[in-house]
This record gives sequence, structure tokens and C-alpha cells, in this order.
Amino acid sequence: MARRVVAISPRGGIAAAALVLLLILAALGAVMSRAEVGAGLSPSDWAALRFTVVQAVLSAVISTICAVPVARALARRRFFGRGVLVTLLGAPFILPVIVAVIGLLTVFGRAGWFNLALGAVGLPPVSIYGLHGVVLAHVFFNLPLATRLLLQGWQTLPSERFRLAAQLRLTPFAAFRAIEWPMLRQVLPGVAALIFVICLTSFAVALTLGGGPRATTVELAIYQAFQFDFDLGRAARLSLAQLVLAGGAALIALWVIPPVSLGSGLDRPVQRWERGGTARALDTICITLAAGFLLLPLSAILWRGTWGLAAVPPVVWKAAGQSIFVGCISVVVLGVLALPMAGWIASSRRGGVEAIGLLGLSASPLMIGTGWFILIHPVAAPATLALPVTALVNALMALPFALRIMVPRLRDTVQDYGRLSATLGLRGWPLWRWVLLPRVRAQAGFAAGLTAALSMGDLGVIALFADQDRVTLPLQMYRLMGAYQMEAAAGAALILLTLALGAFWICDKGGRWHAEA
Amino acid sequence: MLKLEKFEIRQTDFALSADMVLEPRTKYAVIGPSGAGKSTLLNAICGFISLSGGRLLWQGSDITQADPADRPMTMLFQDNNLFPHLSVQQNVGLGLRPDLRLQRDEKDRVAQALARVGLQDHADKRPGALSGGQQSRAALARVLVQARPLVLLDEPFAALGPALRNEMLDLVQSLIEETGAALMMVTHAPQDVRRIADQVIFVEGGRAHAPQPAAALMDNPPPELRAYLG
Repeated sequence: MARRVVAISPRGGIAAAALVLLLILAALGAVMSRAEVGAGLSPSDWAALRFTVVQAVLSAVISTICAVPVARALARRRFFGRGVLVTLLGAPFILPVIVAVIGLLTVFGRAGWFNLALGAVGLPPVSIYGLHGVVLAHVFFNLPLATRLLLQGWQTLPSERFRLAAQLRLTPFAAFRAIEWPMLRQVLPGVAALIFVICLTSFAVALTLGGGPRATTVELAIYQAFQFDFDLGRAARLSLAQLVLAGGAALIALWVIPPVSLGSGLDRPVQRWERGGTARALDTICITLAAGFLLLPLSAILWRGTWGLAAVPPVVWKAAGQSIFVGCISVVVLGVLALPMAGWIASSRRGGVEAIGLLGLSASPLMIGTGWFILIHPVAAPATLALPVTALVNALMALPFALRIMVPRLRDTVQDYGRLSATLGLRGWPLWRWVLLPRVRAQAGFAAGLTAALSMGDLGVIALFADQDRVTLPLQMYRLMGAYQMEAAAGAALILLTLALGAFWICDKGGRWHAEA
Repeated sequence: MLKLEKFEIRQTDFALSADMVLEPRTKYAVIGPSGAGKSTLLNAICGFISLSGGRLLWQGSDITQADPADRPMTMLFQDNNLFPHLSVQQNVGLGLRPDLRLQRDEKDRVAQALARVGLQDHADKRPGALSGGQQSRAALARVLVQARPLVLLDEPFAALGPALRNEMLDLVQSLIEETGAALMMVTHAPQDVRRIADQVIFVEGGRAHAPQPAAALMDNPPPELRAYLG
């Protein structure tokens, strides 16, 4: 038996993991204490459960199926702007949901560009609200994610296979069956499962595009139980239902979800030897449609936001300041939790510890928020803690991603420099200071950027806790939309987009700055 | 002196035993077929692989369970002997203090070691900016400041060309003569054995044989060694 090579003390990691567990379990305990299990779920609660599952299944299936031709086209075509397009496929991941919704409303809304075009050719307008609106928004977010993951799959196919297929003169269909289908069969279920889990805990999309008895997700139902009835018992019961649903799905999905690599390497199309103008034309159509679907809402945000900036009221700037505060706290909390945990996971043989980080993903933000609301409510006015609780929950939500980003790099570091560090007696703080932190800096910067962007753009827990004063920018935007001040909301969306992308850019660049080898 | 007492390493599909005494100020070459366990032997002596039996004694005290850093030895690996993100000076300085809070006299020692290996003008560079030979020199400068009684080399110069490798071996030889350390080095090349080794440890068939005088052994090898040398 080889002994543990590097002296990363597991104590910090265990403490951080215990803290994460405690935060989630305390919330769970509070929720259960109020749930009055005997009361059961009402018919409308069941409807919310059903809708949650239906929209998640539809979103996952549509995103995954549409991603196949797009990823295939991107994998085998070179064209001007391909690199930019692949990079942009990563953008929806850090795009605040409510900002995207503004973009989608501008394109697909009642008086949006799409309906104008339909009207011009004499067709009746379509409505974006309800099930198809929710699914449309989810596909907007997850089609790019699915495309990137599938593109990774295509990149793993060795180019020798395509050379062989060319030599054997396989027809395109035969080549697809022999080479690409086996890869897809491995990757597709994982991609679909990941999107399914993400969509199960959807709140902001349902809040803005869903609603009503026929388009309410469980998360939204929790919020409504709070906001309209202040029925903590019902919120608690729904939270439990959500935990069982999302937690169970996440645990099952854990086995099939592909590793989320966000690094480069996707910029190199595989050389292939296929003839046929039809295939080329189809690929062009796929790429154009996907790019349009992605770029139109994005440019709508820029276009409308620029005009709306003048209409932005002062409260928006105050909310922007509070959002920056929340983002900063989230990054600090994430650093304190994720670094020791990642170090512990990287130096331990079994990967089971990573599951604790994934708990954050399966426990829904609104469930944790509900739990902490119940805990805080008797001792203090929850609104006074709105911003810190939001920052904390957002950090927990970003934790699984941060671990997935940092652990592989730390594992490599332990592998490559563990013995050297051990002979030099590097342990504890000096080990982190001189070896681990410098090695993981780029990944930590990326994770911090992701956290800052996600946290600033999040519209979730804050909706439970906020009052008139303690408001983040996404919530302020939502309030403007609710008051039909769409110009101001669009201006706020542009500010939020700038903040989120800017925070991501600063952290990511900071991680890479002067980093060599 | 270092004593390997009924030393046993057991891994899946692999076992190695050794029973020997290593004397101070002596240069040992470790030779043997690929996969025989030369690197494993060094890694076990250094504390990276736990023993399944036996003891390791230094000057009579048991160091079988000691931390790698607390053993009277330093080791150069096949690669990754320098941290690529730290300057040459910092890399060498880590040999004195893991927290790199160097006092004035410690800084002087680092500078002297760098001058000794001819890297005084490269102190602030990162390893990536150095040639392969210069990287080896930087690692040797660290070995010099660590000044441990035993230096283990697990083929750190394998990637260098023949002339450069000989140059490094000569440098190693003069450095350990200056510090008075013992040397234990894995090698595949019989000419290296003749070049520096006093004694040879032949590893083969699950056993590390006790050291034998190098010149006599190489002139008149036993059958197994003859088969390996070809």
C-alpha cells in the first residue's frame, strides 16, 4: 500500500464539509418541524409537482435532441467566427436568468420581433407565457450547455476513426452508426439527466414566464405560499416534496452526469473526409438557427437596455450596489468552503466526499431559504439578514461547480508535486501558500468568477427575504417588470449583465494574470 | 549509517525484500531490469511507500514510520523536481525553510548554492525559462542547501543527452564529496556505474541484493547480472 503522499490536512476540508451539511440539515430540520406531514399535499401542490416534472422532461429532451445536429455541425465545419460562437455557447451559464427573460420577451413576447414577423405574413401571434414559455427559456439556457458537452464528446473521437471510415468508403449514415452513435449513446443520457436536474429547481423562469395554476413549479409554489398566504406549513411541505424530487433525481443523475470540463480544446474541428453538399447545407442551417436562437435575445438585451438606461430609477443603482455586496460575500464564503474541501477530496482516494458538495445542487435554494427563514423568524426580522443569507445560499449553490472545476487540478498537483512537497516538509499553510494556491489559481479564479456572476444574477432566496430596502438588482428588475416599467427593467438588465460578466471577467483574468506554466 | 532490516515491500503482483547496511560517504548504484523495483526501493526508503515488514534504522534509531521530511535524506525524482510557478531562488530556498521566511544568512546560503552550480544569474527566473541542464542544476542547488546525509537519485537526468548527463553526474559527485553525503542512484547505464559508484545494489527477482564493490562486480558479474547487462 502506498501511503498518502501529500500532507494536505483533511481537517479543514472536513470542517468545511461539516459546515455545509449543518447549514443544509438545519434548514431541513426547520422545514420538517413545520411541515405537519399529516396534512399532506393539496391538489394544487400535486399540480405543481406534475408541472415541474413535465417541464423538466420537455426541456431536457428538446435541448438534448436539438443539440445533436448543432454539435455535429460545429464538430466538423470550420468557418469564420466558429471560435467566438463556441465561446458564446458558454455565456448562458453566467447570464442572469431574469436578464435572459427580458431578451426572450423582446424577441418572443406579445409585441416581440417574432410576433411582428408572424403578423407581417398574416399569422396570429403566439404567447410566450405558460408551459411553452418556460420550456423555451430552459432550452435557451440549456441548448448551449448540451451543445458544449456533446462537442466534448465529439472531440474525444480519435481522428483515426474518421480516416478509417473514409478509407472504407462508408456512407455517411454507416459512418454515423459506426463512430458517432456509440459515443452519443454514452453521452446523451448524462447530458439529458443534468439538464433535467437543473430544470427541476427552476424558479426565476417560472416566476416570470409561468405562474397560474397550470404553470407553477414547486419552487414557485413555495414562494407563493410565502408571499401570498404566509403559510409556512405549506411552504415546508412543498420544500420536502422538492427535496425528495430534486435530491432523488440528482443522486440518480450523479452516476450518469459527464464531467463538466470548461477548459479550452473545443476550438479544433476534426478533419473529416465526407462528401456531399446536402450535409454541408444542413450543417449551415443548424448552425445559423442555433446562433440566431442564442444571439437574437442577447442582442435584444443590448439594444433595449441601451435605450432603457435613461429610464432607470435611482433604486436600481442602490440595488446594483447591494448585488455587488452579495456577489463579494458569496465569493469569500465559497473560497473558505471550497478550497479546503477540494484539497481534502483531491488527496483522498475515494471521490465520495464530492457528493457533499452536490448536496447543494439537490437541495433547492428555496428549500434552504425556507428553512432558514423559519429558523430566523422567531429571533430576528428575516429581512435584516436578507443579503447575507442570499449570499450564503448562492455560495452553496455554486459549490458543486467550484469543486468540479478545482478538484481535477488539485488532484494533478498532488500527483505531480506531492512527493516533492513531502520531502521538503511542506504542510499546512506553507503547502497552500507555496504549492496548492499557485497551482490552482486559474481554476479558483474561474470558479470565483462563476460564483460572483451566479450570485449577482440570482433571483431566488432574496425573493423570500427581501423588503423595500434590502433588494438585489435581479429582484429590483422583477419589480420593475411587475410594474410594467419595461424600459427601466431593460436598462437594469443591461446593468446586471455588465456586472455579472464584468465580475466573471475580473475573477477569471485575475486567476490567469501572470500565471505561468 | 542506514540499515534496511528485513525490509519488505508488498503491492499487488509485486514484492521486494532487502536486508542491507548503507555506509556514510559511499556511492551506491542501484541497477536491475525494468520493473524489478529500483524506484520502489528508493520510494520506500524515502517514506512514500509503507513497508509490509521490517524496519529502517538510521544511526540505530527506528525511522520506519517517520515522515518523508523528517528522514535524513533527500531525493531527486525522474521529473517534477522544481515547482514551475516559483523562481529558482524560491525553489532552492524551500530546501531550507518550508515557509520560505528566509533569514539573511539563509538567503546567503541559497545564493552560494546557486553560484556553486553556476546559476547565480538565473536566480529570479522560473524553471520554465531554463534549459534542461540548468533545471537539473537548480534541483542540485536545493539538494546542496538541504545538506542531508543521504542523497537518492531516481534517474533525474534521464531526459538529458549523454554529454550533459555525464556533466551532471560529475557535478553530483563533487557536490556530495563537499557535503560528505552518501549517494544512492538508480541507473540503467553500466558506464555510469563505472563512472561514480563504489558499490552496486543489484535488484532482481524480488530481491535487492546487498551491496558489492562496483569494480569487481562489473568485471566479473554473476549469471543474473550478466544476463541483465547483456
